[in-house]
Amino acid sequence: MLDLSQAFHAALWQIATLDPQLLEIIGLSLKVTLTAVALASLIGFAVGGILAVYRFPGRGAVAAILNALMGLPPVVAGLIVYLLLSNAGPLGVLQLLYTPVAMIIAQVILVTPIIAALTRQTCEDLLEEYRDQLRSLGASSAEIVTTLLWDGRYRLITAVLAGFGRAIAEVGAVMIVGGNIDHVTRTMTTTIALETSKGNIALALALGMILLAIALSVNVALMGVRRLASRFAYA
Amino acid sequence: MPLELRNLSLETGSRRLVDRVDLKVQDRGITVILGPNGAGKSLLLRLMHGLIEPTEGVILWGNAPMDDKIRRRQAMVFQKPVLLRRTAAANIAYALGLRGRSRSERTTRALQALELAGLQHHAFTPARVLSGGEQQRLCLARALSLDPEVLFLDEPTASLDPASTLAIERVLIDATHRGIKVIVVTHDVGQARRLAQDIIFLHHGRLIEHQPALRFFERPLSDAARGFISGGLVL
Repeated sequence: MLDLSQAFHAALWQIATLDPQLLEIIGLSLKVTLTAVALASLIGFAVGGILAVYRFPGRGAVAAILNALMGLPPVVAGLIVYLLLSNAGPLGVLQLLYTPVAMIIAQVILVTPIIAALTRQTCEDLLEEYRDQLRSLGASSAEIVTTLLWDGRYRLITAVLAGFGRAIAEVGAVMIVGGNIDHVTRTMTTTIALETSKGNIALALALGMILLAIALSVNVALMGVRRLASRFAYA
Repeated sequence: MPLELRNLSLETGSRRLVDRVDLKVQDRGITVILGPNGAGKSLLLRLMHGLIEPTEGVILWGNAPMDDKIRRRQAMVFQKPVLLRRTAAANIAYALGLRGRSRSERTTRALQALELAGLQHHAFTPARVLSGGEQQRLCLARALSLDPEVLFLDEPTASLDPASTLAIERVLIDATHRGIKVIVVTHDVGQARRLAQDIIFLHHGRLIEHQPALRFFERPLSDAARGFISGGLVL
C-alpha cells in the first residue's frame, strides 16, 4: 500500500532540491507550450481580426468551423498530426514524428481555434462601437483590423492565457505525436500519466503541484490584466 | 464644396426613414438639421457623410457623387464620443496617421489641437477616463485637426452641461471663421437659434422646410415647424 504522506514529502523534496529530471521535464513542457501559443497567437489574431472585419463568401462557415474546433478533443488533434507526420503520411519525409516539433504542431492545432474565436469576438465587439468613426476617418479594412487588435490588446491577453491554459494541461495529443520519450519528448502531463501507472507517485505528484501552480499563476495574471484594463478604462 | 441632395430616400423593409429629400446647402456657415425625435435627422447626416447608402437618389458634393475620396475631406463628431483605447494625444495622432501625416507632424498637430480644445494638460491621459464634456471636446479637436472642408456633428452637446455646450459652440463658430462648413443635427431649438445660418427642418423623414434661420424662426411655413419652435408636442 502506497504511503501518500511519504509520496507527498518526496514530491516536495524534489521540488525544493530542484531535481534535474523534474527541471528538464518542466523546461521542455514550457518550451513546447510557449512556442505553440506564440505561433497560435500570430495565426489566431490574424484569422480572428479578418473574420471580424472582412465580408467574403463562406465567412459564416469558417466562423462555425472555428467554433466547432474549439472543442476539438486533443486525441483527435494528435491523431491528425500523427497521420500527417507518420512515414506513410504526406509530411512523413520531414521525420518530425516523436519530436518536440510534432508536439508544437499538435498544440498549435488545439490552441489556434480558441485564440482566433476569442479574437473575433473581441474585434466584433469593438467594431460595433468604432465602425462609423473609423469609416468617417477613412480607415481601410486592413487598418481597421490592426486598430481593433491593438485596442483589444488587454482582452487578447486573456485569449492568449486561455490558450496557454489549454496547451500546458493537454496530454492526449502530445502523448500520441511525442511518444513520451525520456529526455526527448517527455512533458509534465505525459510524465504524470506514465509515472502514475508505474506507481512512482512522488514524481507525478511533484509535477502535478507545479502544473497547479502554473494554472494558478495564469489565473492571477488574468485577474491582474483585467484590473489593469479597467483601471485605465481601456476595457 | 456645396452639397446637393436629389430625391434622397432611405428605406428599411416597408418603412421609409428618409423620404425623397431634395435640397441644396451652401459651402459656408453653419447649417442646422432640426426636428423632433425620430424625424430622420441623424440618418440624413450619415447619408450626407456617406456612412450609409441611400436606397434612392443621389448625393452630390460640388457636382461630384459622394465617394471615399470626398469623405476624406470631411470629418464627423458623433453624439456619443467614440474614442480609441489610447491617450488623448494618441487618439488625434491616430486620425492624422490615417490621413497620411508623418509621425513628427502627427505629434505636433495633436498637441496643437489639444491646446485649442483646452485639453493640453490631458494629452497623455487615457481618453476614456476623461469626463463626458472633455471626451466630446477631444472628438471635436480630433475632427478639426484633420482640416476638414465639412464638419458634421450629430447632437454633439446632447448630454453635456451648459459650460461644455458653450465651449463646443464657440469652437464651431470659430471653425466657420476658418472656412469650414459645419452641418449639425440638434433637437435643441435654443442651440439652433444660437448657431444656425440656415435650418433644415425634418419631420417623419420628410424635408418640411429649408430656410435661412432668421426667417425660419420668425415666419415658419409649416404647422409642424411652428409647433416645434413654440415647444409644443409635434406628432
